[in-house]
Amino acid sequence: MSAHSKRLDVDQVHVFRGDRHVLRGVSLRLDAGELVHVRGPNGTGKTTLLRVASGLLRPEQGKVTWDGRAIMDTRSEYQRELAFASHEPALKSDLTGVENLRFTVGLKRRVTDAELRAALERAGVAACADLPARVLSAGQRRRVTMARVVAMRASLWLLDEPFTNLDAAGGQLLTQIIDEHLTAGGSALVVAHSALTLTRPVRQLDLSS
Amino acid sequence: MWTWFYRLASPPYVYRVAAAFAPWLLGIAGALIAYGLVDGLAFAPRDYQQGDAFRIIYVHVPASSLSVMAYTLMAVAAAIGLIWRIKVAYAVAAAVAPIGASFTLLTLVTGSLWGKPMWGTYWAWDPRLTSELILLFLYFGVMSLRAAFEDPNRGDRAAALLAIVGVVNVPIIHFSVVWWNSLHQGATILKLGKPQIDATMALPLYAMLLGFLLFFGGVLCLRLRGEVLNRERQASWVREAVKS
Amino acid sequence: MNVGPAAALSLLLRRELCLSFRRPDQLLQPLVFFLIVTTLFPLALSPELTLLREMSPGVLWVAALLASLLSMDGLFKGDSEDGTLEQLALSGQSLGLIVAAKTFAHWLVSGAALVLVSPLVGTALAIPVDAFPIMMLSLALGTLTLSWLGAIGAGLTVGLRRGSVLLSLIVLPLAMPLLIFGANATDRAIGGESAAGALYFLAALCVFTSSLAPLAATAALRITLE
Repeated sequence: MSAHSKRLDVDQVHVFRGDRHVLRGVSLRLDAGELVHVRGPNGTGKTTLLRVASGLLRPEQGKVTWDGRAIMDTRSEYQRELAFASHEPALKSDLTGVENLRFTVGLKRRVTDAELRAALERAGVAACADLPARVLSAGQRRRVTMARVVAMRASLWLLDEPFTNLDAAGGQLLTQIIDEHLTAGGSALVVAHSALTLTRPVRQLDLSS
Repeated sequence: MWTWFYRLASPPYVYRVAAAFAPWLLGIAGALIAYGLVDGLAFAPRDYQQGDAFRIIYVHVPASSLSVMAYTLMAVAAAIGLIWRIKVAYAVAAAVAPIGASFTLLTLVTGSLWGKPMWGTYWAWDPRLTSELILLFLYFGVMSLRAAFEDPNRGDRAAALLAIVGVVNVPIIHFSVVWWNSLHQGATILKLGKPQIDATMALPLYAMLLGFLLFFGGVLCLRLRGEVLNRERQASWVREAVKS
Repeated sequence: MNVGPAAALSLLLRRELCLSFRRPDQLLQPLVFFLIVTTLFPLALSPELTLLREMSPGVLWVAALLASLLSMDGLFKGDSEDGTLEQLALSGQSLGLIVAAKTFAHWLVSGAALVLVSPLVGTALAIPVDAFPIMMLSLALGTLTLSWLGAIGAGLTVGLRRGSVLLSLIVLPLAMPLLIFGANATDRAIGGESAAGALYFLAALCVFTSSLAPLAATAALRITLE
């Protein structure tokens, strides 16, 4: 984790999807150790906001800065410091758990197989390490992506509905993992339907307003 | 210095200016084309080699020049749209495409009509016509790609990129087709050779070329207005403009 | 702790090859298609060997072109459908590197495979064995160029309905020069003449495309990812 605390600044971002004005002047500030919980009904642009914050989507107006610099100027370096978990588990069904992690985490930082297995163990799916993703249940796949996020050791976490398909134990584990991440100085932008109870304060951003 | 450039990027401005230009462009074009056709088709002397058939060059040559110019303009507008993110540029590219494709089609048809008396057949894989045919495929590709996207902004950008890739390839394609044709030169002269141009023939030709160019400009202005309206249909200025 | 471009390239190539070899049936499909299309011509025209030899450069090249294009669609589609394309785009590695790695790996298992199978096709089309080296060299250059052009098309059409038809529509006109030069090189080799002219043009085209197409394909992918 980086020693300096970096801040994510989303400033008056507007996004249009065809004719729809999906994000209307959305702003948020995320410091180290903070979590912003993005909520709102379907179609209010929660996923779009996450994609803008990740640098995948360029907004029509407004900008996003990380550590004071526009993310579009230093896109690759910025993206190296973040871990993105989309709504779908995003796993290759032909690759095993460990392989899936190796080919994603391994592009962000040099990592050994032992570390990847330890991450899978932490997520409670050590048994899935050598199974192809297509035989895993939805809950197991979600846990593998949890392991991926942990293994990336990124400062900024962008999580889109990470609690989907997790049972009660899984949900608690994820909450704990997010807590540890924040305590260690990381920040997180999380889209979730239900409330998040962490030991740290959680700021809400409601997009339906 | 750049203010005129950015003013040009304003959709309402373009909408008004295009309306002002169009009737002039079309009017002068009409006069030039009328002169060119009459002089070229009726009064210019017969070519001693090709007889009356060559007269089709008064339509064929300007059409082929326009087809290539239009593609280049489309690619330049596409590049402006992608580099400076100016929305109106995408409207220009979208407006040009069907006009350019029509000129290409006209080139092919007139070339084929010219070919019949020359080669005895409507199509003989002459290098210029073959290049024009491939150009037509490139136009179709750009138009189909734009239409295939549900989000018109992404469609514009994808089509813009393809137009630029295409324009880079046009010289390469033309060169390779000419090279290919030179290898397979049979006994019959396949190239649609221009007869020796002398003054009496040149004037109507230039008139037609300029006339087609202005006609292209005029039609572009009209189509551009439509494209701009469509793209900006949510904006308030559109409601005002449509009411009046 | 950072992963440099060389290490990333190696990892990406391993990923692509690993994924390709997990589906051996999909690896064979373009090759079988190549053989099938080649078979269509003698059936449709005539099995007479002298006629076949005359048509062979054209038949070989058209079949190779279509077979390569068939699999081009899959370059980004698989990753786009399961969401892993986003993960790659957000890996912190340059998107251009990722596109280059995927395209090259794709060529290795399709284009290069076609080159290796081409002697079989050459024999079926009565191409003399001494023409094989030029034939294979021209196919190697041609399929590599085509892979780059296909990457641009694939980047533009991922996620579109009927994307593969549109891909072929876009790429085939751009591929006509390489078809002209490649078929001519093969033709001259069959006739025992020097194919140097055509091969130089083909090589120049390959170099030109290999240097510019990755930029266009990366730009295309960015448009798609938004």
